Amino acid sequence: MVKLPIYMDNHATTPLDPRVLDAMMPFLTDKFGNAASRNHKFGWDAEEAVENARKEIAALIGADPREIVITSGATESDNLAVKGVAWMYREKGDHIITAVTEHKAILDTCKHLEKEGFRVTFLPVDNKGFVDLDDLRKAITDKTILISIMTANNEVGVVQDVKEIGKIARERGVLFHTDAVQAAGKIPFNVNEMNVDIASMSAHKLYGPKGVGALYVRRRSPRVLLTPIIDGGGHERGMRSGTLNVPGIVGFGKAAKIAREDLAKESTEMLRLREKLRTTLERELDELYINGDLHKRLPGNLNMSFAYVEGESLLMGINDIAVSSGSACTSASLEPSYVLKALGVGEDLAHTSIRFGIGRFNTEEEVDYVAGRVIEVVRRLRELSPLYEMAKEGIDLKSVHWATEA
Amino acid sequence: MAYSDKVIDHYNNPRNVGALPKEDPSVGTGLVGAPECGDVMKLQIKVNESGVIEDAKFKTFGCGSAIASSSLATEWVKGKTLTEALAIKNTDIVKELSLPPVKIHCSVLAEDAIKAAITDWKKKHEEKG
Repeated sequence: MVKLPIYMDNHATTPLDPRVLDAMMPFLTDKFGNAASRNHKFGWDAEEAVENARKEIAALIGADPREIVITSGATESDNLAVKGVAWMYREKGDHIITAVTEHKAILDTCKHLEKEGFRVTFLPVDNKGFVDLDDLRKAITDKTILISIMTANNEVGVVQDVKEIGKIARERGVLFHTDAVQAAGKIPFNVNEMNVDIASMSAHKLYGPKGVGALYVRRRSPRVLLTPIIDGGGHERGMRSGTLNVPGIVGFGKAAKIAREDLAKESTEMLRLREKLRTTLERELDELYINGDLHKRLPGNLNMSFAYVEGESLLMGINDIAVSSGSACTSASLEPSYVLKALGVGEDLAHTSIRFGIGRFNTEEEVDYVAGRVIEVVRRLRELSPLYEMAKEGIDLKSVHWATEA
Repeated sequence: MAYSDKVIDHYNNPRNVGALPKEDPSVGTGLVGAPECGDVMKLQIKVNESGVIEDAKFKTFGCGSAIASSSLATEWVKGKTLTEALAIKNTDIVKELSLPPVKIHCSVLAEDAIKAAITDWKKKHEEKG
């Protein structure tokens, strides 16, 4: 019997790995020193632990430890990357290229910079979720200072051709930042192989603690300089002031080490479970639509629309399972997911989408249980759905004149 | 979002789910909302010769509150005259189901569905002249 509720929303956050907690505990208790205290053992112990963790974080992405700037999380990393480059290279140019499916931490940072006078190109994506590389090439001008394209999308899990994007950026002498928050530790990600200059990461997406992240900043060929967004004591080589979150960083390091060592085995297992979930649902239910490319996708991600069943009502029916929906009703904005919209998913289908995020601690029994519950609830709600009834009668729903005001 | 017990009850045990024959002269059908907005309600009433709604059915595409609002609407219209049914206000539904502000549109849609069903029934009868 599976233990309820089941957590299957691992793109939102992941549970802390018990091994990570064990590594952190001494730094939450006896070893409480400030890593910046240079004149006693408490400080030395903290500094040593931070440097060991930094090595592990660097090793996960094939970087040098001196290229890792610790932050409070992915949002700060994204802000530091984009604002840091924009402010540092303002003399060189005022143009930034990004994509419409980026995380809000990138999009809203870019919009902020637009108000400061920077120009931003928001590239569209195709119906699989990919940026067109020719669009990217054409968008680059001699005023372009930064390209920021995420590695893997947090909603649909689509993995961009980062290596090729990095190559294009390098050929044109433009810096390349990637939000690798969902990718790092889940799929192979190497900053040198992929021509990445700056990369954002977050500990809590890879079974580490919340409140700690990192920004990879390339040191040579090219050497990247950033204007800090937080001023103060000059920690992190002046790029990010503030007393280091020692227990958080130690946890991040341990989480990165586990992720690196288990990546091959774990991603194979995630993919197997994801495919079992997908094929079971597709065998039992009709009119399912996968959002985003199925193949170039995070192994644990399944984003699917269940036509004629509104997402929030589906979540309500499977309330012993934690997943998320692109439906408007689950968000404060009352707008369905902008990512799905960018992929050309109609609003009718966007309202019916569910994101499953399978993670390290999900079991096959849980996947079977989730599939069974979803099938049962979708069938029940379709019996209740006037749209399903109309579709079965052969009515083309697109041809119906919907009166939004009675 | 936390749902009230009444919303959960209607969601788990919706009253009067189903369909009445659309072409039947004693049946009025209201279809309101739009798939793009995430809510579509179909509410049907069957009116007897003394002008009383003797049966009502619904089907709803929408969130739990939308399902509950339309389920409640069918319960309330049954046994009422058309005039009485027209007097049902969305605020009554909000109160009964303890809907939060973001879900008030569900109750508005349910009121619209009742009105649309009655309008459809009246239209059938005017045509007959």
